[in-house]
Amino acid sequence: MTTAQGPDSVQDEQAKYTVDLPQRYRFDFVFATATWIATAIGLVVLAILLIDILTDGTGRLSLNFLSNNPSSRPALAGVRPALFGTLWLLALTTLFAFPIGVGAGIYLEEFAADNRLTQFIEINISNLAGVPSIIYGLLGLAFFVRVMAPITGGRSVLSGALTLALLVLPIIIVATRESLRTVPNSLRQAGLALGATKWQVIWEQILPLAFPGILTGTILALSRAIGETAPLIVIGAATFITTIPGGLQDRFTALPIQIYDWVSRPKVEFHRNAAGAIIVLMVVLLLMNATAVFLRNKYQKARQL
Amino acid sequence: MTTSPPNASLWREDRDASRKVEMLVKTVLGFFAFISVATTIGIVLTLIVETFEFFQKIPIWRFLTDLQWTPRFTNPQFGILVLLSGTLMTALIATLVAIPLGLLTAICLSEYASPKVRRWIKPMLEILAGVPTVVYGYFALLLVTPILRAIVPGLQVFNALSAGLVMGIAILPLVASLSEDAIYAVPRSLREGGYALGATKREVIIGTVLPAALSGIVASFILAISRAVGETMIVAIAAGQQPRLALDPLSSVMTMTAYIVQASLGDTPAGSLEYLTLYAVGMTLFLITLGLNVLSFWIVRRFREKYE
Repeated sequence: MTTAQGPDSVQDEQAKYTVDLPQRYRFDFVFATATWIATAIGLVVLAILLIDILTDGTGRLSLNFLSNNPSSRPALAGVRPALFGTLWLLALTTLFAFPIGVGAGIYLEEFAADNRLTQFIEINISNLAGVPSIIYGLLGLAFFVRVMAPITGGRSVLSGALTLALLVLPIIIVATRESLRTVPNSLRQAGLALGATKWQVIWEQILPLAFPGILTGTILALSRAIGETAPLIVIGAATFITTIPGGLQDRFTALPIQIYDWVSRPKVEFHRNAAGAIIVLMVVLLLMNATAVFLRNKYQKARQL
Repeated sequence: MTTSPPNASLWREDRDASRKVEMLVKTVLGFFAFISVATTIGIVLTLIVETFEFFQKIPIWRFLTDLQWTPRFTNPQFGILVLLSGTLMTALIATLVAIPLGLLTAICLSEYASPKVRRWIKPMLEILAGVPTVVYGYFALLLVTPILRAIVPGLQVFNALSAGLVMGIAILPLVASLSEDAIYAVPRSLREGGYALGATKREVIIGTVLPAALSGIVASFILAISRAVGETMIVAIAAGQQPRLALDPLSSVMTMTAYIVQASLGDTPAGSLEYLTLYAVGMTLFLITLGLNVLSFWIVRRFREKYE
């Protein structure tokens, strides 16, 4: 307490202070319980969500569900175009976002001078990460679908992948930088002292060490892209299509779009299909995440040796 | 005279070539970094150009003051306030769920949970954060809404309440992980100081740790609001498509994002009024989320307590 206060306020302060320890410990217990309950709520909701989708959707899972096209008859409908569309998007998005994101990350972490321009780019990247995904859809619609129509073919799988690539670029850049930062500086200095150029040091020494971390971050970023629905709807992915893309300029649909389409229909049978498609989507995501975890563990073991 | 080592002939002092490679690599990678700037410029430019064209057809004062949203009517009205009220309603419910639960979860993880429990809970929260929003939409419409309808009388099939509650769960991990980072950064010495003065654990947390981490915690709250405003699929699926200027959580509302989805599913030829409307709404959404994000960064920069 400050000494400037008069005796009255000191007494007030003393009145507020209670030595009643049992009472205070009771409040402590209540507070601790509240934090545990809050934590449990999130986990319980997650469990309910997974159980709900599994009970709704497992009945629909079969090889036919994977190999059939969408149909107005729910029992015959399947996810073939959506699944292939998602795999196309995954491959193309990786092709664009991985090299560019990692390259930009290397530049900002290793090459860029610490000046105004670099700071501007950094602020810009963190701002981009906060832009709602649907806004990327509007950019994709104006730029990739309309302006670049002769190259992308309009509402094509290429436009979709380019839009998603822009969406995940900030995440990959940040993951790359964090991974590069974990490599000790002494390695860089040792390389430079031996006469290697900066790029030689990065390529031969730094990247191999940082690579598993970069890969993990990239896979997590891509699994976000694969679950995105809104930007694809905005650029005009088809909601009902029975062909799979044969080329970059072909129309496409994707699993999240298919799920949205089925959820929006009034018939319960379509809702079951949506749950089935969600399981397929979650399995794709699970495989990607398992790969990421596998790489992370392998990397950690390699470092311990 | 010294004898040269056996492999000396393999070594060439070709500094010129490696210097060229160096320049080339630096330029290419710098260009990649510039793509992120180009993306921002692209977003801002497209939004400005199309919104400007929209305001050529519909005066800006009508956009801001109309009290109805009926773009498809013969006498269309474009009152953005209608969509804003829908967005406000769902975002408010979501933040009322996400902020207290997220903060308490962060406190639990950083202060109460043992490292072992933490190692179990954190990945599960990551899963919660990684569930695609369309899945949350399914969950809101087909499980949460029917349950709520059994409890809350007068709840419509599509309603802001259910969408908002589920959205709150969806952004809870964001609040939890950002707040936890802020709380984790508070040095141990401050806690020890509190204990030394005779405070209990709760008193140390509420009286010392949380105030010390306040800037980061508030920043996470604002980012959560921003995320709730921009969230799309949950509201598009579960909150309905009824543009209505009201703050009634029990009825169907239309958010800005839900409008963009609904209009995109229809036919929007380039240059048509429908197409331009997408961008006017997108611009509004972009400005709000950008403002919130900038505010959040500013709070962290301005009010961060630094401890050595």
